[in-house]
Amino acid sequence: MKYSVFSLLKSTLSGHKKWPPAWRDPQPKKDYDVIIIGGGGHGLATAYYLAKVHGISNVAVLEKSWLGSGNVGRNTTIIRSNYMLPGNNPFYEWSMKLWEGLEQDFNFNAMVSQRGVLNLCHSDPQRDAFARRGNAMRIDGVDAELLDTEAVRDMYPFLDFNNARFPIKGGILQRRGGTVRHDAVAWGYARGADSRGVDIIQNCEVTGIKTVKGKVAGVQTNRGFIGCKKLGLAAAGNSSEVAAMAGLKLPIESHVLQAFVSEGLKPYIDGVVTFGAGHFYVSQSDKGGLVFGGDIDGYNSYARRGNLPMVEHVIEAGVAMIPGLARVRVLRSWGGVMDMSMDGSPIIDKTSIDGLYLNAGWCYGGFKATPASGWCFAHTIANNEPHKLNAAYRLDRFRRGYMIDEKGQGATPNLH
Amino acid sequence: MRINCPHCGTRPVEEFTFNGDASVQRPASNDPKTMDQWFDYVYLRDNPKGRFDEYVHHSSGCRAWLVVTRDTQTHEVFGVVTARDHAKKRVKA
Repeated sequence: MKYSVFSLLKSTLSGHKKWPPAWRDPQPKKDYDVIIIGGGGHGLATAYYLAKVHGISNVAVLEKSWLGSGNVGRNTTIIRSNYMLPGNNPFYEWSMKLWEGLEQDFNFNAMVSQRGVLNLCHSDPQRDAFARRGNAMRIDGVDAELLDTEAVRDMYPFLDFNNARFPIKGGILQRRGGTVRHDAVAWGYARGADSRGVDIIQNCEVTGIKTVKGKVAGVQTNRGFIGCKKLGLAAAGNSSEVAAMAGLKLPIESHVLQAFVSEGLKPYIDGVVTFGAGHFYVSQSDKGGLVFGGDIDGYNSYARRGNLPMVEHVIEAGVAMIPGLARVRVLRSWGGVMDMSMDGSPIIDKTSIDGLYLNAGWCYGGFKATPASGWCFAHTIANNEPHKLNAAYRLDRFRRGYMIDEKGQGATPNLH
Repeated sequence: MRINCPHCGTRPVEEFTFNGDASVQRPASNDPKTMDQWFDYVYLRDNPKGRFDEYVHHSSGCRAWLVVTRDTQTHEVFGVVTARDHAKKRVKA
């Protein structure tokens, strides 16, 4: 069913009792051309683009829990393409372009809101670094504006401009950045993939990967064996566990990242603002709650909950940036498990096993990449080679010395 | 999460700095032929779900390096030894 003003009117006349389910709940078939492990944003987007762009619709997405129960429903919903390095920025800009046309493309309201992402700077060297990054962005055709203190003050007068230690010296603004309703991204891709013949199988946990003579043959699941010609892993957070089923060891650690939402407020922050002296990012949801987050907790974890010291740390950073936040009450906090790669950049690639493809290592920046990640992973699976947009995201780059390290910090699993 | 430091007793987690997997071992040789071992040491991790040995620095306490055995799913701490004792035990094994 295509959603439109006519379908809305028709359903209004029947009291909204006749809306069909947005996707089927199929039994797994005996085998598929392609199986994707992981029914999150990236896995669903991959299935969607496999069917839509490459005409491969004999596809199953296997999700161990319910659809969108992982990080696609746990993030702070920010989209942006303000990276610096050549391996990164064209990829993220392609993602931004896909976001811009996404709702018309998959006929679902994902509430894509290009409300602007502003990164604050607090010193002259930091402003120089922002100018450099902005120039790199503009070379790649991305919008970037360097703002002085007064321009920032016009946008957000309530920031702590004269903070004794971290005065605000300006910022870099990407107006095309913004926020997206995260759950709707999973639902829209699921619905779009399902309508093109993809089977989305929930509560189906993969327990083993079967290979025959170095080639993928299928997966063992809690609902029996399912055969496939090609297998894509899109299980970020649990990538190491899933890859280990095929005997692969990854340059990834799993860490917990917390996020928060405050009580509902009147319109207060109309864009996304990030603190440049600590790690804090905030936007306001359409319901009025401030949605914010900070750093990972800092220890290996598969628990979807963190500890209180990081809660305190994030809120301290927030209050240093916006003193008025001290009077806002936090409504909820939650955690998600991040695939922290050793250079802060993701992996979308083939593997040493024929027919096995890997999409992993998203650190805590995977949400904004969802469309391009699915698009590039679908291309990689369909053509058995990476697209030039994900050509730098090779699995063997760590061995060859071609890391994509935006921060220039070296091998450590706490980058993003 | 609270950690029982062998020197200071049970202390809150914010006093500690985590430094990752204690099972990786630095290769003894600088010979380029051992590059695979170096690659493994610098980049690859088992990343287990469950019991995990990790290096922890008591950075806001006695500043000793410790090895904490902890469950990565529940955050339950099973045991703490000094990194020195951990290394000795590993040499014996």
